[in-house]
Amino acid sequence: MAKGRALARATETGLHGVAGGVPDAGTPDLDRLIHERIRLGIVSALAVNDSLTFNDLKRLLRTTDGNLSVHARKLEDAGYLTCAKSFDGRIPRTEYRISPTGRDALERYLDHMEALIHATRRR
Amino acid sequence: MRPLRPVPDEPPALHERAIDNLRFIRETMESATSFTAVSGLGEISMGVIALGAAALAARQPNVERWLAVWIGAAVLAFVSCALLVARKARTAHLPLLAGPGRKAVLSFAPPIITGALLTAILSRAGTVEAIPGLWLLLYGTGVITGGAFSVRVLPVMGFCFMLLGALALVAPGEWQNPLMALGFGGLHLGFGAVIARRYGG
Repeated sequence: MAKGRALARATETGLHGVAGGVPDAGTPDLDRLIHERIRLGIVSALAVNDSLTFNDLKRLLRTTDGNLSVHARKLEDAGYLTCAKSFDGRIPRTEYRISPTGRDALERYLDHMEALIHATRRR
Repeated sequence: MRPLRPVPDEPPALHERAIDNLRFIRETMESATSFTAVSGLGEISMGVIALGAAALAARQPNVERWLAVWIGAAVLAFVSCALLVARKARTAHLPLLAGPGRKAVLSFAPPIITGALLTAILSRAGTVEAIPGLWLLLYGTGVITGGAFSVRVLPVMGFCFMLLGALALVAPGEWQNPLMALGFGGLHLGFGAVIARRYGG
């Protein structure tokens, strides 16, 4: 249900803004860790799926193995993702899940962006 | 005094970048999610309607009335399934006709429209023997193509429909109604139960 709400929220309110604080994009409030596009994509994709494999994310974000691996590692180190490695027959399989910390970070990031839009429109 | 380098264009305003970021998040979520609002209960309702239609159609004195029973059942089943899908989407806060939902509908529709047109042409020409096989084949095609944007079990169901459709095209006339019952009734009930259990209703 949480993944449905995440998508509904991004879909319905994404371009209209909501009431909230008036942050500045340059303030330390902005989570630089998920502000980067590939990392933002990883967190967003995992927010609407129970889990995604490395290959799912690579196909979805149209990126390279090395690039995805580096960014996923940063998110994992920050505790935003959990990573499980296993074997599907003889093929290694890496599966990612978003953690509650990662979901909170995405919510805060959405709040930040929405508040920014709202503040600009009030000027 | 002329500047040595041209003054760069102004960077995009903060709110424009914020809008762009939100759009990116929304598009990533839409492309990352399957259309999980497909309703197992909707499939089950279609199966029940199809089994009722098969029993009723078997008693009809001629092929025109047999066809009319199945067409009526198809309309009823479509409405029933659409209502249950809409209810599930609303309950789960999933967009119905955005992203994967829209792609699933757009992929499912062409084979179904083709089937409707061919049904009209074949029944007018009086060659209705091929209609059950055609319906099963084209419905299966639609389920496979639409199911590519939805839960993984749907393309498997579509393939089963296509197998039954191929069988119906070569099977004798008395097999057609049981094959329709097995496809539109049995497959919908079986796969509907799987979808309802695995994907929340």
